[in-house]
Amino acid sequence: MAKGRVSIVVEHCKSCGFCVEFCPSHVLALSSAFNSKGYHPPHAVHPEKCSGCDLCGMYCPDFAIFATKTPGAKEGDK
Amino acid sequence: MSDRLITDIVNAGVNPVDHILRTDRMPHIWCPGCGIGTTVNSFARALIDSKIDLGSLALVSGIGCTGRVAGYVKLDSFHTTHGRAIPFATGLKLANPKLNVVVYSGDGDLSAIGGNHLIHAARRNIDLKVICVNNLIYAMTGGQTAPTTPGHSTTSTNPYGTFEPSFNLPHLVEAAGAVYVARWTTFHVRQLARSIGEAFQKKGFSFIEVISPCPTLYQRRNKLGDGLDTMKYYKEKSKVRHGAPTGEVGLTMTGEIIVGKFVDRDRPDYQTMMRTQYCESLGERFVEQEEMVCS
Amino acid sequence: MKADPRGVLTGTHFIDGDHACCEGALAAGARFAAGYPITPSTEIVERFASRVPTVGGTFIQMEDELAASITLQGAVWGGAKAFTVTSGPGFSLMMEHIGYAAMTETPCVFVDVQRGGPSTGLPTLPAQADMMQARWGSHGDYEIIALCPNSPQECFDLTIKAFNFAEEFRVPVMFMMDEVVGHMTEKVVIPPADQIEVFPRKHTHKSVEDYLPYGTNGDQVPEMAHAGEGYNFHVTGLTHDERGYPNMTPPVQDKLVRRLQNKIRDAADRISLFEEDQLEGADVVVVSYGITSRVAQRAIEAARESGLHVGKLRLITAWPFPEKKIRELAAKVKSFVVPELNLGQMVREVERAAAGKARTFAVSHAGGGVHRPEDILKVIVEASRCQTA
Repeated sequence: MAKGRVSIVVEHCKSCGFCVEFCPSHVLALSSAFNSKGYHPPHAVHPEKCSGCDLCGMYCPDFAIFATKTPGAKEGDK
Repeated sequence: MSDRLITDIVNAGVNPVDHILRTDRMPHIWCPGCGIGTTVNSFARALIDSKIDLGSLALVSGIGCTGRVAGYVKLDSFHTTHGRAIPFATGLKLANPKLNVVVYSGDGDLSAIGGNHLIHAARRNIDLKVICVNNLIYAMTGGQTAPTTPGHSTTSTNPYGTFEPSFNLPHLVEAAGAVYVARWTTFHVRQLARSIGEAFQKKGFSFIEVISPCPTLYQRRNKLGDGLDTMKYYKEKSKVRHGAPTGEVGLTMTGEIIVGKFVDRDRPDYQTMMRTQYCESLGERFVEQEEMVCS
Repeated sequence: MKADPRGVLTGTHFIDGDHACCEGALAAGARFAAGYPITPSTEIVERFASRVPTVGGTFIQMEDELAASITLQGAVWGGAKAFTVTSGPGFSLMMEHIGYAAMTETPCVFVDVQRGGPSTGLPTLPAQADMMQARWGSHGDYEIIALCPNSPQECFDLTIKAFNFAEEFRVPVMFMMDEVVGHMTEKVVIPPADQIEVFPRKHTHKSVEDYLPYGTNGDQVPEMAHAGEGYNFHVTGLTHDERGYPNMTPPVQDKLVRRLQNKIRDAADRISLFEEDQLEGADVVVVSYGITSRVAQRAIEAARESGLHVGKLRLITAWPFPEKKIRELAAKVKSFVVPELNLGQMVREVERAAAGKARTFAVSHAGGGVHRPEDILKVIVEASRCQTA
């Protein structure tokens, strides 16, 4: 079970790529799909690696992504 | 993945900063790859981590891209005139000393048109937390040279390259009297949040500069790539030097960026000095300012 | 509501107009001033700086007038009644923030002790040449209120009125003194606090959920909240909707800017204060304000002694201009004579309101002194001989 879970508000995304670049666990990639404004939001290619550290949330300039710790999952090292 | 249109929220949940944002105004106007939103993220997390009473917090912005921050935070927030965020915030703080007053504005707003107010508020040591997002350019108006634009950059008003020297803002505000001076980039999200939290612990004029990409106007015109390229540059070229002499932290177009906490000192703030002076001079005739809320 | 007695220096005083203005502000409940020194207005804040720590409040001398004129507005949103004081060159610097106060509906008072201009002009000598600037100086369409005292007593009384109008209509009020009135020393009677009516802030009683910062309730003036009360409101100089959110569309602009105008225009009859004397049966009406009204008085009396039917209309409120009153008079009288310490400002308003029904004569003066009564008299005589328009 993944320690964290990433949520993406696809309509707010402007595909800057910050979250993809700086996710320490390399969970994310930009999707080839579009949101209604024509941007490519990220999606979790390795959701099982998400630690819930929320660094993606801190980097996101559009408040379009955030990660939460999975309740019950064991705290591991980041 | 196919080229399908996706519109739903992937995984439900609530963004931990949502309660600090005017979510009914999202998405915001900032460009893709602009760093201002990232600074707001660090700011919001600093508020959460420092457990500041949001009801007693007021945020004041001037004009420009960063000036729009006031419109996106769910706080008592004031979008004032160009350059005048600091004097407006001064009035707010003096009338209601219980308020935590944050000034959140850009480099052009704070250091050019508002430069006089910046140095005088630092001199007086007004208890304000100033967050200066420095994107090295006037962005809202289309990429004109700012007092912070590094030499040899191309801007819309210096199409053959800038030649006037730029301001080193930490050096300026330290000389003017700020009690807390730090600089980070938008790459340093956790350090920035920590610095903002520290500034809230200080009584007096605190100044945090955040170097931030403007991919649309600064980076594009100078062939420095997009927002992400700039973030990678920050990661690669930033050097943390706490306590660095501010005279040595000037910025260049592609060189090293010295970041860290440069100044952390104590001296009495304006209201403390005012009160002390009145008590000494007026004795029992001095009447403490009550809460000024006129019924 | 009655004045807070702590700010009221009840008694009979021999003080100048600047000092009386300061006492008026304190009596009205002003507990915050931000200023920048400029002749001939500085005595107002000098007195405030000396008095306010004994009353409970703050004076701050800012780095310039740009700062002073916005610092006071920060103080207003922090809960204070606040004002600033200046003269021509500083008034010019304050224009942007008069617009900001009009747009954000920040109740506050700007005192302009007028001196000769343009530019540095005549720092120590009078003029009345900022009257149009007071009305139109900031960009865009907006409406303000401007009052013109003609004595130290009125500097006291009308400063209170200026604060009361500012609070009632949530508008910046211009207090248009002049160097002579500011530096003239006369008897000023300050009544007991319980005889001074003070208009309280239009503070909202609504819950956080129900409060709309720029929502109106019939009388066109929204209710206010202060920072730190939990309302989490937004204030912007951008065109905004009832929530205070920026909305830069023509319909929102139209609704907002018309309301900012109409809240004053619709109450113009109540705001337009004037003093009248012998208007009934007059052939000529002398329209004047501020120090000039006192010089004109001598000319009016001389004209009456020589048998002319001369009425007097002294403008206490300059803006909104009492055009209804002028229009009514224009139908009855031959002409208006308008002496003022400028080369023609309010006279154009008189001419506009008279709409050709009566003739209008200016008695201009470039400033630096006051008119000679005989110069006004000469025009009154000329005006009384003219053919009805």
